Amino acid sequence: MADAALDALYQEIILDHYRRPRNFRPLDGATCTADGKNPNCGDALTVWLKLDGDRVSDVTFQGVGCAISKASASLMTEAIKGKTRAEAVALFEQVRALVTGEAGTPARKDLGQLRALAGVSRFPMRVKCASLAWHAMKSAMDGAAGGGAAPSAGRVTPP
Amino acid sequence: MTSDALAPRADFPLLAAAPDLVYLDSAATAQKPRQVLDAITHYYTHANANPHRGAYALSGTATQAYHDARARIARFLGVADADTLIFTRGTTEGLNLLATAWGRANVRGGDNIVVTRLEHHANFVPWQQLARATGAEFRIAELDAAGGVDLAMLARLVDARTKVVAFGHVSNALGTINPVAQIVRIARGAGSALVVCDGAQAVPHLRVGVDTLGVDAYGFSGHKMGGPMGIGGLVARRALLEAMPPYQLGGDMIEWVHDQDTTWNVLPHKFEAGTPNVEGAVALAAACDYLDALGMDKVRAHEVALTSLAMRALAGIPGVALHGTARAEERSGVVSFSVADAHPHDVATALDAEGVAVRAGHHCAQPLMRALGVPSTVRASFWVYSGRDDVERLTAAVRSARDRFAIR
Repeated sequence: MADAALDALYQEIILDHYRRPRNFRPLDGATCTADGKNPNCGDALTVWLKLDGDRVSDVTFQGVGCAISKASASLMTEAIKGKTRAEAVALFEQVRALVTGEAGTPARKDLGQLRALAGVSRFPMRVKCASLAWHAMKSAMDGAAGGGAAPSAGRVTPP
Repeated sequence: MTSDALAPRADFPLLAAAPDLVYLDSAATAQKPRQVLDAITHYYTHANANPHRGAYALSGTATQAYHDARARIARFLGVADADTLIFTRGTTEGLNLLATAWGRANVRGGDNIVVTRLEHHANFVPWQQLARATGAEFRIAELDAAGGVDLAMLARLVDARTKVVAFGHVSNALGTINPVAQIVRIARGAGSALVVCDGAQAVPHLRVGVDTLGVDAYGFSGHKMGGPMGIGGLVARRALLEAMPPYQLGGDMIEWVHDQDTTWNVLPHKFEAGTPNVEGAVALAAACDYLDALGMDKVRAHEVALTSLAMRALAGIPGVALHGTARAEERSGVVSFSVADAHPHDVATALDAEGVAVRAGHHCAQPLMRALGVPSTVRASFWVYSGRDDVERLTAAVRSARDRFAIR
């Protein structure tokens, strides 16, 4: 049982994104950026966004983290590129529901590869890892919108 | 289960109820023997009242229980003057007491405070912030090549303006036992520094004679030595405690309250404002009884053997790197390590799935992690109920975690 849950947590997509994170670099010409920090484990990452009007034209990240936080960040960069702000935030809400195992949340087909994060719901102590990059992404957007940083994020650089 | 453990697993109700659990996070908090749990129940069943207050017999019983507990714990720690043992919530509160009450009254701009790279945040941040608040310089003695405190550097950092030298007896992150006598000699060499020792990781594992260490103040936590959470203490020289202003103000710590002024109670009450944690003190005294019955020398020998075994077993796994001194006899029961391409959090999750509970993280020692060049480590820590089969299950689980996360 434990091993099955562990296999579901660390499925091949997750390990692949951990070992070969996509868009793992600073972003030249970023319009906003924010740090995500997990004080419990010392993990820290930075997310850079290039907003073209209301649309995310590019997104990258860099930092140190566990397989879950790194894979989630990597998957996020692929998922939100080309999306509008509202779509990106809506995706965050769906991912949050997915990783916390919120009752009645079906694994939605339109989540694509992000569905690989569903295994996190069996490990409540790892939800923060899976959410770290998403909080940073949202903080960066809020900062760009003049909304200030969320408490989970340290620095927000306005454009 | 752990047939070669020093203490029977059956003595520890949590472990007895979870026969498959390999609990290797005793440096974070130890499991409690039944005797400690019984002491709590006994206190509330037979002796509970507010001490130092009532004129009725039961309050006297509670007062006596609290008093006896202090004497018992002082004896365990090798402290002759039991009234110089101030009960606190734990090491953290004791160190904050010193940094606040003594520090604010005695440290000025132009002074300096010296700590080491090995410190737990509890013996780092209070001094760092005291330095910031007073304008004193905050100095950090770095590690030497062997992973211990660089004593030559420490000697260079301590000078006539050094007001505090604060160091841990045993590193919580690495298990390194510091050469207390040498550090004290260096700290005393240049002037009049207050010498403060964090004993949180020493008292559960070593026979500590606080009076013989030569330090001015020594903090410890009850929950790491089998006692309950929320009780610990600060032992300090009587003259120091008497000269220091109080830390918290309120009931019990006063001698007389006038309209415009107040005088302070005698030691130890001057530093114990409010209703004390009698339950905690009584149960911690029971933990001291338990450890003395086992024998601290046997505890030490058991942990050295187990640590040595774990170090050999883990070092034999390709990709596993151990942190800290290579000599098991210079460690408490702690092995801190990294696993090749795997992040410590992932290792801990994988180990947990096999029933092996270890700590992963920075161990409240971020300055140390920076020096080691890692964001965090995996830490396995042993105590009296740990045995060889715990080490075997740890090793097997680390092996499979290494394989799972290996970059191919």
